[in-house]
Amino acid sequence: MTMIDRRTFVALAGAASATGILGAPRIARAAGPRVVVVGGGPGGATAAKYLRRMDPSVEVTLIEANADYYTCFMSNEVLAGERAMDGIKVSFDGLRKMGITVVHDLATAIDGAKKTVTTKGGQTFAYDRCIVAPGIDLIYDSVPGYSTEAVEKAPHAWKAGPQTALLRKQLEAMPDGGTFVLVAPPNPFRCPPGPYERASLVAHYFKQHKPKSKVIILDPKDSFSKQKLFEQAWAKFYGFGTSNSMIEWVPGAKGGKVSKVDVASLTAETELDAIKASVLNVIPGQKAGRIAFDAGLTEGNWTPVNKKTFESKKVAGIHVLGDASDAATMPKSGYSANSQGKVTAAAVLALLKGKEAPEPAYVNTCYSIAGKDHCFSVAGVYTYDKEKNALTEVPGSGGLSPLDASDADRKRELAYAHSWYRNIVADSWG
Amino acid sequence: MTLSNLRLLLTVCAAGAVFAAAALGTAGSARAEEPSGEMLVNTCAGCHGTDGASLGPAAPTIASLSTEYFVLSMKGYQSGKRPSTVMARIAKGFTDEQIKAMAAYLQSKPFVRVAQPFDAAKAKTGKALAKKYCESCHENEGRTGEGVGVLAGQWLPYMEFAMAEFRSGAREMERRQAKKYEELMADHGEAGFTAILHYYASVK
Repeated sequence: MTMIDRRTFVALAGAASATGILGAPRIARAAGPRVVVVGGGPGGATAAKYLRRMDPSVEVTLIEANADYYTCFMSNEVLAGERAMDGIKVSFDGLRKMGITVVHDLATAIDGAKKTVTTKGGQTFAYDRCIVAPGIDLIYDSVPGYSTEAVEKAPHAWKAGPQTALLRKQLEAMPDGGTFVLVAPPNPFRCPPGPYERASLVAHYFKQHKPKSKVIILDPKDSFSKQKLFEQAWAKFYGFGTSNSMIEWVPGAKGGKVSKVDVASLTAETELDAIKASVLNVIPGQKAGRIAFDAGLTEGNWTPVNKKTFESKKVAGIHVLGDASDAATMPKSGYSANSQGKVTAAAVLALLKGKEAPEPAYVNTCYSIAGKDHCFSVAGVYTYDKEKNALTEVPGSGGLSPLDASDADRKRELAYAHSWYRNIVADSWG
Repeated sequence: MTLSNLRLLLTVCAAGAVFAAAALGTAGSARAEEPSGEMLVNTCAGCHGTDGASLGPAAPTIASLSTEYFVLSMKGYQSGKRPSTVMARIAKGFTDEQIKAMAAYLQSKPFVRVAQPFDAAKAKTGKALAKKYCESCHENEGRTGEGVGVLAGQWLPYMEFAMAEFRSGAREMERRQAKKYEELMADHGEAGFTAILHYYASVK
């Protein structure tokens, strides 16, 4: 439907309601309520899909710049050569089949007063409620010397797609005996165990194909997600803790913070050292995706929201979920975004009907692959604490895979991880 | 306005009317203190598929399970009686009432049988054996049964995991199950056992 058609349509529909078909003046517009979703990652896609599942009368428009989506989850398997790029590629056809209007354009502005979303292509979409799931943007200058141009030479690969393919290509081209340097980000960031899974899987690739090579993680932090499980796996597979370890982790306290990168020479400088990389992967600090800032939804680097509805505390009628939100107790993961997408869909639907949002429930489950047949997880079950507007982990639940798990259980968790991938992709994108 | 546009307009108006009625009908009703069964089950979907219909292969489909079996499984995960990697950590996050609500929702959802690889010769052998050793509890070709899991069209890798747990003693067999299992192993051994799993994987 073009804009003119839509206006005509709305006018006619309004006329129909005025003749008394509805008899409810508050809902003067007779068309189903319109929800515009900005961002087609796991959070936005899930919200769009579940809105239609819960109420097919809702008109859902999803605005996403890219024609296909590449999942960050399992992109480290691509880097290791264990999975093709097509194995993390997701199409939007499933959502289209559900009757969702998918628009491939870049959202450039959201007007919370007029309730419109405008795109780079010059289109304007009116909404009754808007869901914003922009994911993250990178704070390039959190690592001095890094920039939007530098990503072509020293990829971040922290948004999957061409960056993933580029980093894989560089790893493949690297001669045996080379050094892969991973500059890890400061907290908080997307996928807390991700950098360490990446280091593990690159080492896994080196072990098989380039056994004289090294992985060095330069970290501004002194601890990280699933640390004991990773270190145990690194000791088991890559000699961690010995003088001949394939993986070296330099924490902030031991000079891991990178003060500058020189992308031309692929050098990372710390207070103590200048390390020359064969392949340099810089994962800088992170913040909510650009549109969240442009729409006035942020406070600091993230967007404050009501944790029950994910409605913005800054602009009414706009909901922000996934990595961009400040739902800090839930990790910024694909599973969190998927879970929040459903809570948001139910809340949006209730609010559109003038009802109170239903009591929410949230779960996160996240697998990390650290070596051959070796995988572990973290899980969390969360409830809404109305008094504190917080997501609280249910006491006694959740947590990490045990350190003393058997090899069979580690292998089984890998099977679950691959199963999880198929299910979460289908659950999010149709 | 074309005819199809008019039809769309009428449909949308009708939907709007239902919408308004729903809003009026529930105005003033008390807020639910507990998440609904649907809301709770939505949290399972990332691993077990939308409405519990898994695209597998390692995570089982949990749609259509009898409420008795679902509750037994979740309680078993909580207590550790049923071994698991991740499920104990997740099951401990839900109350008895919530587990019952999840069970009721899941039982109402269809078991979607997705085609999966299986060995046709084994499945053929397994069919006769399943009838003899399993059908008395796993009724209707493994589709139903009181307090037991759904085997018909269940994911083979999941069934292999589950049976490995029973056989190692990590998961306790029911008395009747243990008796049938011992008879099967005495009569047909490992091959007969594998054949049965392939048969159930093949059931459409």
